[in-house]
Amino acid sequence: MSANTVAITAEQYNYDIVKKFAIMAMVWGLLGMSAGVYIASELAWPFLNFDIAEITFGRLRPVHTSLVIFGFGGSALFATSYYVVQRTCQTTLWGGKWLPEFTFWGWQLSVGIGVVLYMMGYTESREYAEFVWPVDLGILVTWVAYATVFYMTIKNRSQPHIYVALWFYSAFILATALLHIFNNLAVPVAWNSFDSYSLFGGVQDAMTQWWYGHNAVGFFLTAAFLGMMYYFLPKQAERPIYSYRLSIVHFWALTFLYMWVGGHHLLWTALPDWVGSLASAFSILLLLPSWGGMINGIMTLSGAWEKLRSDPIMLFMITAMAFYGMSTFEGPMMSLKSVNALSHYTDWTIGHVHSGALGWVAMITIGSFYHMVPRLWGTKLYSTKLVFTHFWIATIGIVLYIVSMWVSGIGQGLMLRAFDQYGNLAYTFVETVTFMHIPYVVRALGGAMFLSGMVLMAYNLYMTVWGTRREVMPVADQSALAATRT
Amino acid sequence: MKHESIEINSALLIILTLLVISIGGLVEIVPLFHIKGTVEKVDGIHPYTPLEQLGRDVYVREGCYLCHSQMIRPFRDEQLRYGHYSLAAESQYDHPFQWGSKRTGPDLARVGGKYSNEWMTQHLIHPQSLVPESIMPSYPWLMQPLKFGDIEARMRALRDVGVPYSINQAEYDANVKKFGKALADQFVIANGVASVKEEAASQNWDGNPKEITQMDALVAYLQVLGTMVDFSKYNQGYFSTFR
Repeated sequence: MSANTVAITAEQYNYDIVKKFAIMAMVWGLLGMSAGVYIASELAWPFLNFDIAEITFGRLRPVHTSLVIFGFGGSALFATSYYVVQRTCQTTLWGGKWLPEFTFWGWQLSVGIGVVLYMMGYTESREYAEFVWPVDLGILVTWVAYATVFYMTIKNRSQPHIYVALWFYSAFILATALLHIFNNLAVPVAWNSFDSYSLFGGVQDAMTQWWYGHNAVGFFLTAAFLGMMYYFLPKQAERPIYSYRLSIVHFWALTFLYMWVGGHHLLWTALPDWVGSLASAFSILLLLPSWGGMINGIMTLSGAWEKLRSDPIMLFMITAMAFYGMSTFEGPMMSLKSVNALSHYTDWTIGHVHSGALGWVAMITIGSFYHMVPRLWGTKLYSTKLVFTHFWIATIGIVLYIVSMWVSGIGQGLMLRAFDQYGNLAYTFVETVTFMHIPYVVRALGGAMFLSGMVLMAYNLYMTVWGTRREVMPVADQSALAATRT
Repeated sequence: MKHESIEINSALLIILTLLVISIGGLVEIVPLFHIKGTVEKVDGIHPYTPLEQLGRDVYVREGCYLCHSQMIRPFRDEQLRYGHYSLAAESQYDHPFQWGSKRTGPDLARVGGKYSNEWMTQHLIHPQSLVPESIMPSYPWLMQPLKFGDIEARMRALRDVGVPYSINQAEYDANVKKFGKALADQFVIANGVASVKEEAASQNWDGNPKEITQMDALVAYLQVLGTMVDFSKYNQGYFSTFR
């Protein structure tokens, strides 16, 4: 592990596994977002349920969430973490060919089988952990193999320092293991039955689930993607990260605070008030490290702001940071008990999730993929222009999505608590459903726009990798490419 | 200690991270199993009968929790619309809990007894026939036969996670004392299949007395939701002492 080893060349890295995960991330992303657009349309036009059990909203919704979180997000994290751990440790991936390969098949089969079973009616009904117990076991085994590959690669690093991106990936791996195990404790009906009953019940079960549920957001969808940000954003900007000290504070504060906030999903419920109050207080505190991270990302570009004009990949990454900042402000605000009383149970929550999931998670992934894919295949990006188009379609789509959900959520919240002059309820429930129709149409449209952007991306990356090797990039971008190592 | 010593030592990084991420859950979840007032002391709560439990399994299977909550909050509008706010005690036998997180449709925590069996069945088969503006999907396949051959295995699994279904005389006697003889008889695991048949035949759940359908089970489940506690027995301040 000496510091002066000669830098390893690209051929010695295991890029094969990174490529596989990257391809599957795109496949699951397209499928998962299509499912999302479809269920959004079912809410706007319920005839789309077609009286077919497998495609009713209740069965397809977990298909959507699991495919985008674990299929798209998970595969993207496997791909980028395997890429980053090799590049920053200057060593090839540990485990030879077969162990990383095992994590690939383990993950893809778990996700694929899991969602097919949802459609057949097999679910544990724990949001974002709906997979049945045999799939949970498959995920567990895969995860242990993944952690082994990751940490053994770090152990074999050819330079002493563990780069900050790896701390975040590491926290994600550890926290996901912890959350997955404890939230999925259950007793199966029989060894040959997919059904099981959760070990905990009622209020304890609810708290365990939302401790998991919010940290699926905190570690799966945030910490890990921050790891992505800490590697790919400085790389694309060709500048060092803004503040090293800030990244240290950011890391420890974020990992500590996130685990406390799950209870804010259960404010005003039968969960004892003391837990809800603690969760609210920690949610407010969480604003600080979140914004620390956002500032660290955005300020990395300081002195090179002109890149936002010429480089659409940078545009994706910086916009991702902006959405990260916005949703990590909105989140603590929604954790205030008085705001939560209105926002909880409404579409405001759905909009908030998507400003994070589309604006932050998907956009940083898209930016990182546009950076990484040409380097993996040793080629140049097919079209920068298409990346610009993708950026604008995606951004407008997100804005339509979020705004329509604000209207629908705040509107429904206000209607449900409105009283007439005699102190009776001013609206029936179904009147709020009628009110939400137009926001639901706009939301489906916003989602469809975001999906179209992904289709453009898939085409662009396909042409980059397998298309004709035409040189269509403007001269300005060629110089940027020449500066990269591979 | 300089931070650099963590940055060059992966074992230290792992240990410290594990330490830091464990605290929140330990402080917030573990006490919920030990603090006495977490689940309110209240009469009337009992486990689901075998038929109701099978209905609950249908509820879970169809993902009803994704649009309907079962958790009424202590607000005036919710009190008027749905009834008394939900108690932790009312879901103590729920594995998994079904509090939900979204109300695309109304809360169902106290839907039991508000509509007739006939209305429930018709609404599930074709919601728009009763509520034209509804965006709920139709569930015509619920009229298919209910599979209940594995009810005893289900009750045994539930017993393993703490639901007091009985496997011996001592447990049965305890149930008689706690829930009364009629219910205790239904909670005997060995009688599971017979109990499902008996309860399905006891009422006209779905208008089709010839067959035990999934609709029978689901309607039986919906009709018991929120009906176990007699709130008139408690004065207003009683439940707030637990919050």
